[in-house]
Amino acid sequence: MNQSLHAAANPIIVIHDLVKQFGRFAALRGVSAEFVAGRLYAIVGENGAGKTTLLRSLAGLTQPTRGSISMLGTTDLRSVCRQLGYMAHPSLLYDEMGGMENLRYFARLYEIQDDERCARTISAVGLDPTLIRPVGQYSQGMRQRMSLARALIHDPKVLLLDEPFSNVDARSARQMTYLLTQLRDAGKTIFVVTHQASQLEHAADEFVHMEAGVIVRRTREWMTAEAP
Amino acid sequence: MLRRAFPILGVLTAALLSYGLYEALIGAPIEQSMGEVQRIFYYHAPSAWTAFLLFTVNFVASVVYLIRRSIKADILALVTAEVGVVFCTVVLVTGPLWARPVWGIWWTWDIRLTSTLVLWLIYVSYLMLRRFSSSGQTPLMAAVLAVFGALDVPLVYFSIWFFRTQHPQPVIGGGGSIDPKMLQVALINWAAFLCFAGLVCWSRYRLELLQREVEETEALEALLDSGGAP
Amino acid sequence: MSALATLTRASLSKDLRLEWRSKDAINSMLFFALLVVVIFSFSFDPTAEESRRIAGGLVWVAFLFAAVVALNQTWARELRNQVLDAYRVSPAPANALFLAKALGNFIFVIALEAFMTPLFIVFYNLRALGAAYQLLIVSALGTWALVVNGTFFAAMSLRTRSREIMLPLLLFPISIPALLATVEGTTAILTGDYSPKFWIVLLAAYNVVFTTACLLLFDKVLNAE
Repeated sequence: MNQSLHAAANPIIVIHDLVKQFGRFAALRGVSAEFVAGRLYAIVGENGAGKTTLLRSLAGLTQPTRGSISMLGTTDLRSVCRQLGYMAHPSLLYDEMGGMENLRYFARLYEIQDDERCARTISAVGLDPTLIRPVGQYSQGMRQRMSLARALIHDPKVLLLDEPFSNVDARSARQMTYLLTQLRDAGKTIFVVTHQASQLEHAADEFVHMEAGVIVRRTREWMTAEAP
Repeated sequence: MLRRAFPILGVLTAALLSYGLYEALIGAPIEQSMGEVQRIFYYHAPSAWTAFLLFTVNFVASVVYLIRRSIKADILALVTAEVGVVFCTVVLVTGPLWARPVWGIWWTWDIRLTSTLVLWLIYVSYLMLRRFSSSGQTPLMAAVLAVFGALDVPLVYFSIWFFRTQHPQPVIGGGGSIDPKMLQVALINWAAFLCFAGLVCWSRYRLELLQREVEETEALEALLDSGGAP
Repeated sequence: MSALATLTRASLSKDLRLEWRSKDAINSMLFFALLVVVIFSFSFDPTAEESRRIAGGLVWVAFLFAAVVALNQTWARELRNQVLDAYRVSPAPANALFLAKALGNFIFVIALEAFMTPLFIVFYNLRALGAAYQLLIVSALGTWALVVNGTFFAAMSLRTRSREIMLPLLLFPISIPALLATVEGTTAILTGDYSPKFWIVLLAAYNVVFTTACLLLFDKVLNAE
């Protein structure tokens, strides 16, 4: 593992020997890693490598079988949930409501009742806040962007995105990537699980390669020879 | 020490059951109004008492699981529910068998019989939940349901009690005082049933514990097996 | 505390709005309710005297079946795009979600009952001999008893195979005291033979006990994986 990639900066996420088993299937087999703030990490690997399980563990949606996760100084992930934004391949939105309506509702979960803010966030992801079309009728690219808006509405410090580019048209994917780099530059820590690592080739600070439930290497470039 | 206690308990159970059977069929006096049929009482009542005791243990084990997430508590809850349902079934079968020759009816909304029926339904639904739920969450869901079931019991009892005051029905098993010798035989059988229940629960508990240990070992192997994810 | 109330109200109004917009569920439920009433009327053909005594039971069994169909839909919208994950990662209290769903179901089932009752009155030539206003109390308490546990068990069923059969399997046994009380209370009012007071008190006790249990345990059920 390429240790020199994390600078002397304090890590905000520390994972220690994380194991997650579903019956006999071990999705995570002892993951240990540290991540610092203000970076965009791309988590890559084949199907079944454990990427989604790792992300869900960071989000607090899955309890580890063994091991620990420390985020922003605490192992109680529930207490820092306001600093987490989560996005997955399903949109986590109500198909029957429009974009603004969805966002207004999900903002409420964070005690935010600010229409202006919702509109700004929707614009920030490149969508039209006045569009009343129900989200179920959006294209995949639009839906993913709206889902990202939902994940961003409460201005979290850490973003966890699971396959955001899946089935998304090239233009939307580029827009999202650009947005992510902007967010990273603004100080957010972003984790993107993806099959399409090439999408993040110039955007990601680090590629975290997973295989069979462990992190096998961490590289600065997508295509690189294995570190000695 | 526990290892040796098991066969001793087995022998004790067999002895008590035989003695209880003898007393029930021959030793106990013949009941005044009902005749020989009344002897079924020596199986009907102690089964009910045993079932209620087992369900109480189930409730306590479920609460312990909710607080401490102890695997052993979960297994105890499972085991007592299974054996409790069996004894409940005995009550529900012996009830009508007794009622029919004596009172000419198969069923009556007798408070004890009806409460037992509802309890049986609740615990069968508990066992179904255990069977149908995805294995990671089964202990938690089952424990929650057991708590709900236990909270329901007094409400069941009161609702049936009042229902009966509104719609008087025959009481199976008589409500009045009981001959001391008959009570003694009933208690002997209860002791026998408790030993039997203990025996079965214990075996089942050990079986389940071993089963889970095997699963855990297999899981651990899968974990250590490098790169062998299915 | 007020965060809970605000969020409950927001969730409830969202559900009602969506229900009203699509009207799919409402229409199919109303038609189902009508069918149930008609079929029950074919099955039982009582004289006016008998009908008062059995109507309580019939009506509530019919309501029960209609309610189960409605309850099975409780979480359908949330399941579609894994919306529950969005709740779980947010700081929102789980009880706000539960109360919103339970209240929504309550309103929905009461609407069904309001629709089915006149039909029953017509088919069975019913007329209450006791104090009719008490019927409202019994209905409200009886419906809440069904709905509060129904919403809770619907959430539990999400983690099981055969989700839709699991809900009635779990709900019916536990609901027996409430059903008995509701039926007896209704019959008492319809026939005027005796006072429904005990049944009303029992229903109130049932509601207090189980509403508390649901509120205390829902968080655990929601966050089970």
